[in-house]
Amino acid sequence: MTQKILIDRRSLISRIAGQSYLWLLLVVLYAPIVLIIIFSFTKSKVLGNWTGFTFGLYENFFSGYDTSCGVRVDPNLYRALLYTGVIAVASSLIATLLGTIAAIGIFNLRQRHRQAVMFLNSIPMINPDIITGISLFLLFVFLGISRGLVTVIIAHVVFCTPYVVLSVMPRLKKMNPNIYEAALDLGATPIQAFSKVMVPELWPGMVSGFILSLTLSIDDFGVTFFTKGSNGLETLSTFIYADARKGGLTPELRPLFTIIFITILALLIISNIRTNKQTKK
Amino acid sequence: MKSNSIIQNRRTWAWPYVGLMVFLVVLPLILIGIYAFTNQQGDFTIQNFVQFFHRSEAVNTFIYSIAIALITTLICLLVGYPAAYIMALNSFRTPAVMAMLFILPMWINFLLRTIATVELFHMFNLPLGEGALLYGMVYDFLPFMIYPIYNTLQKIDISLMEAAMDLGANRRKVFTKVILPLSLPGIYSGIVMVFMPTVSTFAISELLTQNKITLFGSLIQRSFGEGGIAMWNYGAALSLIMLIIIGLTSFFGNHDTEDINR
Repeated sequence: MTQKILIDRRSLISRIAGQSYLWLLLVVLYAPIVLIIIFSFTKSKVLGNWTGFTFGLYENFFSGYDTSCGVRVDPNLYRALLYTGVIAVASSLIATLLGTIAAIGIFNLRQRHRQAVMFLNSIPMINPDIITGISLFLLFVFLGISRGLVTVIIAHVVFCTPYVVLSVMPRLKKMNPNIYEAALDLGATPIQAFSKVMVPELWPGMVSGFILSLTLSIDDFGVTFFTKGSNGLETLSTFIYADARKGGLTPELRPLFTIIFITILALLIISNIRTNKQTKK
Repeated sequence: MKSNSIIQNRRTWAWPYVGLMVFLVVLPLILIGIYAFTNQQGDFTIQNFVQFFHRSEAVNTFIYSIAIALITTLICLLVGYPAAYIMALNSFRTPAVMAMLFILPMWINFLLRTIATVELFHMFNLPLGEGALLYGMVYDFLPFMIYPIYNTLQKIDISLMEAAMDLGANRRKVFTKVILPLSLPGIYSGIVMVFMPTVSTFAISELLTQNKITLFGSLIQRSFGEGGIAMWNYGAALSLIMLIIIGLTSFFGNHDTEDINR
């Protein structure tokens, strides 16, 4: 009601101006994205050069061959996609398990210790990716570990886990602290009490921590760049970086970009509807 | 008694994580410090820092990067605050959708977004350089400014504004005396969320200016990449300088982390 009063006191003109401002910003924000989506439906090498509507790039992307001239689409692109997926899933699973157990422990710590550990937890979130990347790079060099898939996964676990801790923590605060003990008193082993009692209670926090980890891992460039080594391991981010430095985007990245964008859009809309339903309950 | 010992048991669940974090976060940061203050033979030296301050090119790059990051942050604040304000206070039928549209680009790989911006500049035959760099940085990080400000604005109790109005404040007074002070935590964390990545980035500037402009992040990256092992100590010194900047910034944004801990 009051919100309405506030709005009503504004003139119609300022309201229209406000709306136009938002829409203008959105147009600017989405212009490059829309540009790439539009030009994923034509086959020209450069953007802005429309050579007629075709699904050619999508066909190329899915078949791995340029159907018109039989040239292979850069196989590194597919390898990079595969590694991005493997790294994201592996590091997110580890981070979710580690972060959940850590959150339970931290929650039960005494105030002062909890603050100290939460500070430790916040360091990877504050550190820019270049610092996290270089510091881990120096660690792996120092320990004589050769860099590759494992080191990238370790690095991703490092910057994902703090977010899992933060998303599980609120669930712990809401949970009845006695049910774990109740389960033990009724004869459950600690592992049963954890998996049958704690996990179901903490599940929503774990899921959002897992999803957040997935997106952070897929999106990461800086940390991966310094921990991937030079044995040809690439993720989508580092592939795009190398590709762009060579000059120009591989055209097949345009359909991939479009698919990624539509997927994220769909996922966000679904999760938005779900949370709306939950808040209404 | 039994339950007490169990609580103590659960406390120990934190220790593996603490151990891992010390090993994978604290120790590596200490390593940066060690490398920064030693030479290639491992002897103590401050030569790496001397080298930095004697290279006017490096110092200029450092100052230039901070300036670019500050300007980017300022533009993001000036453009983003009104957007967050309009979104939070307007009675949209579905304000969540609007907010989501602003957040959505945040979920798309920033390199893809940057390249898309480069392509946009190509398409309109605009030169890639300082202007493109600023545009691209603002474009990449604007959602990170809008989101925290929108969040704090949305949580402001509307009856506070009503009370201010009832007590005779005009619209401007309501804004400067009620809304703006209450949204400061959002502004702080927005500033931190934009400033930190812009001051430390290396990929965005390389792509947007086609290597015409070097930022401090690129300087660090090159020391570890193309420079070879001889440049690592120097690169570590530069990283340490970057860490100090980051430390100072996060101290400034302390309001935000306190919020999270609560």
